[in-house]
Amino acid sequence: MAITLSGDHAILSPPLSSRLTPAQVWGIVLLAPYLLVFLAFVVYPVCYGLWLARAPANYVALYNDPIFARAAVNTLIFLVIGINIKMLIALFLSGFFAQQRTWIKWLSVIFILPWAVPSIPTILSVRFMLNPEWGVINHLIFSFTGDDGPNWLNDPTVALTMAIAVHIWKSLPFWTLILITGRLAISHDLFEAAEVDGASWWQKFRFITWPSMQTLYITCTLLSMIWTLGDFNSVYLLTGGGPADLTHVLATLGIRYLRLDQLSLAMASIVCAMPFVLPLVYFMMKRLSR
Amino acid sequence: MKLPTLREVATEARLLLIGIPVFIWTMVPIYHMFLFAISPKEDAFSGKLWPDHPTLHNFEIVFKQQHYFLRDFYVQFWNSLVIAASVGVLTLFIATAAAFSISRLKVPGGRIVMNLALFTYFIPAAFLAVPMYRTMGNYGLLNNHWALILAMVTIASPYAIWVLKQASDKLPVELDEAAVMDGATTLQIFRLVYLPLMMPSLVAIGTYAVLLAWNEYLYAFLLLSNDREITLPVALGNFLAADDSPWELLMTTGFIYALPPAAIYYAFRRYMVGGLTAGAVKS
Repeated sequence: MAITLSGDHAILSPPLSSRLTPAQVWGIVLLAPYLLVFLAFVVYPVCYGLWLARAPANYVALYNDPIFARAAVNTLIFLVIGINIKMLIALFLSGFFAQQRTWIKWLSVIFILPWAVPSIPTILSVRFMLNPEWGVINHLIFSFTGDDGPNWLNDPTVALTMAIAVHIWKSLPFWTLILITGRLAISHDLFEAAEVDGASWWQKFRFITWPSMQTLYITCTLLSMIWTLGDFNSVYLLTGGGPADLTHVLATLGIRYLRLDQLSLAMASIVCAMPFVLPLVYFMMKRLSR
Repeated sequence: MKLPTLREVATEARLLLIGIPVFIWTMVPIYHMFLFAISPKEDAFSGKLWPDHPTLHNFEIVFKQQHYFLRDFYVQFWNSLVIAASVGVLTLFIATAAAFSISRLKVPGGRIVMNLALFTYFIPAAFLAVPMYRTMGNYGLLNNHWALILAMVTIASPYAIWVLKQASDKLPVELDEAAVMDGATTLQIFRLVYLPLMMPSLVAIGTYAVLLAWNEYLYAFLLLSNDREITLPVALGNFLAADDSPWELLMTTGFIYALPPAAIYYAFRRYMVGGLTAGAVKS
């Protein structure tokens, strides 16, 4: 049925392949595999997920679920306090690792380990260290003080703090590494000139290091916040969201709903996280496009 | 004359004051894991900092699959290996083709595709996991290795394309032009000029994708569930299902599981750090 149609078309304008150079045809062919992956496993899931989350009833259900409010607050604490502490330590340590010493070079090789090894065994290792009866920490507390140590993961505040600590342990090396490269890119002449002028340690940081690293530091902080929103392992493997579902973050909450077969609720909880994500993405885009 | 040396000592002491806590902080969870792996159960559970009778018995149990939780150890290890290798190969193929197309062939719309790809990273991983799970269900891939492979390729590709594009932008255009003059076809340029010059970046990206897939827990845990289909990290997570988990065996298996990525990371560290930080300084 399309014979005449396509025939007319061919007369009016040459077929697509003859208008493109062979290089361009290859360009499209070579880009196609990724485009297919992107459409099938990013675009489709995102659109489908948003469609699933469309019913207002989901949001009413979420609003009435005390676990959701708690998870939102926990997420905020995780991001605002946890990430800023992590990035400040990374900034500090980047100065330490930039020192030219053989032993510091060796230490930096060891320091990268938490990032190089998978998180599951190490987080579980921490989990057992915090075990109130058998864990090494409470054994040490007992042998020094004669008192029983606290039941670490049974207190929501302590448990969440520990989850943040685990997250910092895991991702600190990565961000320190990035900040070290930023620091090493600063011209050494500046520091020598400051040395001659008798600048203090703080003045050197305030007037040389910080101005040249500011953009990188803030970009890293924003990126880390976006990625930490998706940090499932640190919380799930350490506390499992417990005690009494009080240490969930939005990342583990979505998966929890999913495991309970409440997919639309899971998607709705993620849509509710958008107020966290979108400002971060907006600032990030603005920074990157500058 | 004594003063500068004193100052040097003070500086060194201050550096040590930072270095020692950093060392302890880094090593404690890893040492604790290692300690469990070489301890008999009684020693591990009594909070000793070094076992009275260090032993390799735990490794023997794991390698002989002599425990309920470990009965599919080799199958699961193999699953992890096959999935990681497949993700590495597929990511390399897809990302190299895309980077060549965007950077060398200047395909129209190439830059937009790359920016869209990078946008994937603004969706936190655990958030994408929820619709991804359902999508894999719709495609009929749940509990199939392909589900995890394709999910990990999706996550690894944008970064891979970005790094490879960055690297291939640095190759001189004259190379392609000279090859075209000599009558080379696009595919010949790709195979004979482009691929050999890109080798260092390809090694870095291949390693990155393999490690990403080997280390992945969340997607593996969602997309695979059958005991003989799951990867090692999921099996480790399943240890927690029991109240009286054999933690010394869990830590031993975890130690075995953590060794290959650590070894690969250190073997390719030079490439990894170079490739990783190339973009960081620019921003």
